[in-house]
Amino acid sequence: MPAYLRRNWAVVALIAVLVIGMVLPLATGISAPGFYLEVLLGGLMSGVLYSLVALGLVLIFKASGVFNFAQGAMVLFAALSVARMSEVMPLPVAIVLGVLVMAALAWLIERLVLRHLVNQDAVVLLMATLGVAFFLDGFGQTVWGSDIYQINTGLPKTPMLVGENLFQGGILINSEDLVAAAVAALLVLALAMFFQKTATGRALRAVADDHQAAQSIGIPLNRIWVIVWTVAGIVALVAGIIWGSKLGVQFSLSLIALKALPVVILGGFTSVPGAILGGLIIGVGEKFAEVFLGPILVRQFDLAGGGIENWFAYMLALLFLLVRPEGLFGEKHIDRV
Amino acid sequence: MGDVLLNVEDVSLAFGGVRALQQVSFNVYEHEIRAIIGPNGAGKSSMLNVINGVYTPQHGRITFRGQVRENMDTHAAAAAGISRTFQSLALFKGMSVLDNIMAGRNLRMTTNLLLQALHIGPARAEELRHREFVEHIIDFLEIQPYRKMQVGRLPYGLQKRVDLGRALAMEPQLLLLDEPMAGMNMEEKQDMSRFVLDVNEEFGTTIVLIEHDMGVVMDISDRVVVLDYGKKIGDGEPDAVRSSQQVIDAYLGVAH
Repeated sequence: MPAYLRRNWAVVALIAVLVIGMVLPLATGISAPGFYLEVLLGGLMSGVLYSLVALGLVLIFKASGVFNFAQGAMVLFAALSVARMSEVMPLPVAIVLGVLVMAALAWLIERLVLRHLVNQDAVVLLMATLGVAFFLDGFGQTVWGSDIYQINTGLPKTPMLVGENLFQGGILINSEDLVAAAVAALLVLALAMFFQKTATGRALRAVADDHQAAQSIGIPLNRIWVIVWTVAGIVALVAGIIWGSKLGVQFSLSLIALKALPVVILGGFTSVPGAILGGLIIGVGEKFAEVFLGPILVRQFDLAGGGIENWFAYMLALLFLLVRPEGLFGEKHIDRV
Repeated sequence: MGDVLLNVEDVSLAFGGVRALQQVSFNVYEHEIRAIIGPNGAGKSSMLNVINGVYTPQHGRITFRGQVRENMDTHAAAAAGISRTFQSLALFKGMSVLDNIMAGRNLRMTTNLLLQALHIGPARAEELRHREFVEHIIDFLEIQPYRKMQVGRLPYGLQKRVDLGRALAMEPQLLLLDEPMAGMNMEEKQDMSRFVLDVNEEFGTTIVLIEHDMGVVMDISDRVVVLDYGKKIGDGEPDAVRSSQQVIDAYLGVAH
């Protein structure tokens, strides 16, 4: 057995179980191929949204070591802003203004909160972002209202039927979902380019690696934080628009941050690819568990069988914490004793 | 001797009851290699951090390039032309050697974010210009083969060189070296001494270095300040300092 496998047998076993769980419904014929693909696509779609929220978390955590509990609230606030503004102006204009709103918010958070808490304990910073989260939830309602609002992207909502000649019955695909996934992918690509290819991106990576050294070569921490929170705000905006146009903009949006938590545990707090892959794994995993595992539980153990979607992500995160606390791609912490 | 580049007058620094520096004064001439030495806990690092703007002294005055500075932070110090290396390495471990040193050019990059992001026009030209300078440093420090390697994977001695390279990339007026030879074997120490001397000669950079170990420092420094328990106990050319009774006592201890 190779050394890598021996060291990481638990992780490998866990991933193997996940993969088997994915293949089993199709292999055993529980599910028709068409239906299987639909569930898969549905899972990937919600996975994309988890990934986007997790991406915001990772960006801020990398650059400032702050676990931003307010990421979900930022999604809600951004979506609310765009939804309400798009009522009186064309959507593209509302989106551009939304970006400006998120940039202003980033600037304010740095000015009023972060700047005064430099070098404080992680717990203090976490509490501060928790405060920001509740403030944003409330402030958003104060400014924009607390009803359910629509973001109309103008894309057709009726699903298309594709692959009729491949599978019996074909599969239904929502064209809005496809566009959303493409936008998310583009955003991730643009972010990767920004981080790898620009001088500012290099400065951001430098701050993420070592605050002290970054300061010594004249990288202004405060400005970097504003940029990072703005980027996280833009990511939140995109997630908010996608989610809001699917389900309407409502308060529950801010709770999706809680789903991003297991995602970053799975992918690693400091890894951008980890956030993306983690989101997809959890999105697909919970859909599969709900759709395929649920009925089995009903049949075998006479349970009600529902609600697996709600706890699956956390269960998975817990298992990962046991076997690989740093996540799939996170940096391993080796402490000197 | 050139003009005075840095003048430290009467600097005192205390952390609560601990008096890290007590009325320390010394100056640094242009193009000089100036060493600050002293036993553990003598206040060497505190002194460096005061010059670098990390600590603000409670008392005293610092004049750099003819300008007296009040409250200064590290960013302002960097902008004024002071760069530093770190005793315990503080490199950007996840980044390549090239990126680490390029990051040192940050302050000299002036094109705006949008142009950078699109990688066009002036931003592209600027990147290339800086790249040229950085390649020169890489050649100078003899780390060409490791340019694209992740810094965290390099051996310690090479990481120290990258740290020096990053500080040099700022084209500093004053280069602060925090124990550049700490933890090195004899051969690495000799290499590092050579680089320090070459930097001083080729770039004309003024260097302040602090060291725990007296040996190597005495050979490469023009003048030496000796600190002990936060007080200056010696100042002068290496030979004079070496034979000072006070310095010998500080290093070897005195019988009471």
